[in-house]
Amino acid sequence: MILFGQVLEVLIGGLLSGVLYSLVALGFVLIFKASGVFNFAQGAMVLLAGLALVRSLDFLAARGIPVWAAVMLGLLFAAVIMAITAWLVERFVLGPLVNQDGLTLFMSTIGATFVLEGASQMIFGSDVYPLRLFPNDAWFLFESVFPGGILVNKLDVWGGLIAGALVAGLAVFFQRTKTGRALRAVADDHAAAQSVGIPISWIWFVVWLAAGLVALVAATVWGTKLGVQFSITFLALKALPVLIIGGFTSVPGAIVGGLIVGAGEKLAEVYLGPHIGGGIEYWFAYVLALAVLLVRPQGLFGERLIERI
Amino acid sequence: MLYREAGQFKSTYAADMAIFPIRQDRMALWLLLAVAFLGVPLLAHFRIWPLGSDYFLRAILIPFLILSLATVGLNILMGYCGQISLGSGAFMAIGAYSTYKFATGVHLPLAWFGTAISIDPLPVLPSILLGGVMSAVVGILFGIPSLRIKGLYLAVATLAAQFFFDWVFIRVKWFTNYTPSGSVAAPEITIFGYVFHTPIERYLLCLAFVAVFAVISKNLVRGNLGRQWMAIRDMDIAAELMGIRPLYAKLTAFAISSFIVGIAGALFAFVYLGAWEPLAFNIDRSFQLLFMVIIGGLGSILGSFLGAAFILILPILLDQGPHALGIPVTVETVSLMVLVVTGALICYLLVVEPLGFARLWSVAKEKLRLWPYPY
Repeated sequence: MILFGQVLEVLIGGLLSGVLYSLVALGFVLIFKASGVFNFAQGAMVLLAGLALVRSLDFLAARGIPVWAAVMLGLLFAAVIMAITAWLVERFVLGPLVNQDGLTLFMSTIGATFVLEGASQMIFGSDVYPLRLFPNDAWFLFESVFPGGILVNKLDVWGGLIAGALVAGLAVFFQRTKTGRALRAVADDHAAAQSVGIPISWIWFVVWLAAGLVALVAATVWGTKLGVQFSITFLALKALPVLIIGGFTSVPGAIVGGLIVGAGEKLAEVYLGPHIGGGIEYWFAYVLALAVLLVRPQGLFGERLIERI
Repeated sequence: MLYREAGQFKSTYAADMAIFPIRQDRMALWLLLAVAFLGVPLLAHFRIWPLGSDYFLRAILIPFLILSLATVGLNILMGYCGQISLGSGAFMAIGAYSTYKFATGVHLPLAWFGTAISIDPLPVLPSILLGGVMSAVVGILFGIPSLRIKGLYLAVATLAAQFFFDWVFIRVKWFTNYTPSGSVAAPEITIFGYVFHTPIERYLLCLAFVAVFAVISKNLVRGNLGRQWMAIRDMDIAAELMGIRPLYAKLTAFAISSFIVGIAGALFAFVYLGAWEPLAFNIDRSFQLLFMVIIGGLGSILGSFLGAAFILILPILLDQGPHALGIPVTVETVSLMVLVVTGALICYLLVVEPLGFARLWSVAKEKLRLWPYPY
């Protein structure tokens, strides 16, 4: 029973931290679904959103503004910053690159990553800024069933709830609204979408704004967990295996992929790691993703590509 | 006026198929080689500007040559065969560490079989080549998924190689001969009894490697194999229907590309760094090579050199710029500015010329042929 409780604890911890990866992966999926762009800048956008939020909170708190108002204003400020970023990216990077192939677009987002990383730290500073929006303490469950109970972090639970709400909202947005349908058309073929009268630059702005807001949500959770700092951009690299396991084009896939990666990573680290030298969290997700790709080349939930000559 | 092929008649098929069919191109190439092989060492020897100090040779020319070689290797895979790889840093690391192991002696105990593989320390030159071979073997292994996975999915899959080997070279102490710090120092570079010690000698060694592999690569991509790669790149299903074996074409591209990248990694470690840590070959290195290929031009050997020069020299210039102008800035601000400007320039170049410097070069050549007339 103790062993079972231990496995369950590791598993639940892994699943919940997997949801946090999904939060970042969602931003990738949004942009890929809507514009066919593989957006490497998502990690940098999380950093920018987090820095904008935490710095404005510090600024407002120092002026003696009540906490709830400061949080509201801070979130608003960060959202405005993300909107400006979305506009700039659309105007200067992606707009001129309409109809280029995927690799060029991917490279341009790496360029955008550098600019965002550098600029956000130049404007908002480059220290570690603690963020306290959600409770970040331990929580013991099932104390009657297992001796000592199962340790769960409250923050992870919050992250899970937020991710669930986001996915529901995004699913409605994509399937039910007019803009959502236009987004899917643009993803299919830029030129064809343009020719039926979809305003492509407006659509891309909306998409990058949505991804920016998802980044802001991810920043609130991850910022509480790690503090807002440069290393938050490495989340982008953590989210990539999540993406390919779930499939680039699937919102539920990002969640399922996150769960698989989170659980697999923690279980491997705890039960496999000591045998082969530890630190395998670093690459385990990628090898897992590689294994999934060999079985299903488009990921678990990705759309199957039918190729014609 | 000067650059025109009028009057240069070709009387054999061989002349028609030459790498440089225009005489002026050939002359320019010989001139470039003469400058590289004779001019630069002479200037450096007599300490004439811009080679007055070792800095230019050691910190710019040597890494430029080595990274160009790596870029040529990656370009074979990405530009010619169309397989995106984000794991080239790992293949450089494999080349570097394998060379290190071969040069210092391999002792691999196989406890299960009650025996051990032992190889005495090899000379540096065969070690470097064997390092390339090891890199090629691993390249084939990580190339196998490319038979099923395409495009960006493959790019992410190659990251698996990057992260796995980063971890291996940090955690498996056998590769670093159990040094406590995890960093290793290369043994002296001795080839046929001659010790390569001064920056000039090391520069010439790199130059020789680069020249040989550039010629080999240029000829490979013009030949049967190169055409198979390009057919796969342009449309793999169509290529398969025409009788090109994707297995053979893709895996040879992975093998040859990793071989060259591995050799570049060995040179980078032995000739440029001397002593290195696994961090020298992390994901930033992979991205740097990726940028060099894209900015230089996919599917162009010349472009690899142009891209490598640009990406290598840009941060150095940006770093020196504020100092030269006398603007006081902190080190941190400079590094952030370098980041911003590099990113912005990459975006700008992609918008202006998505096909890279190689395309600009060929446009310039076309214009030059007609000059001074517009048509």
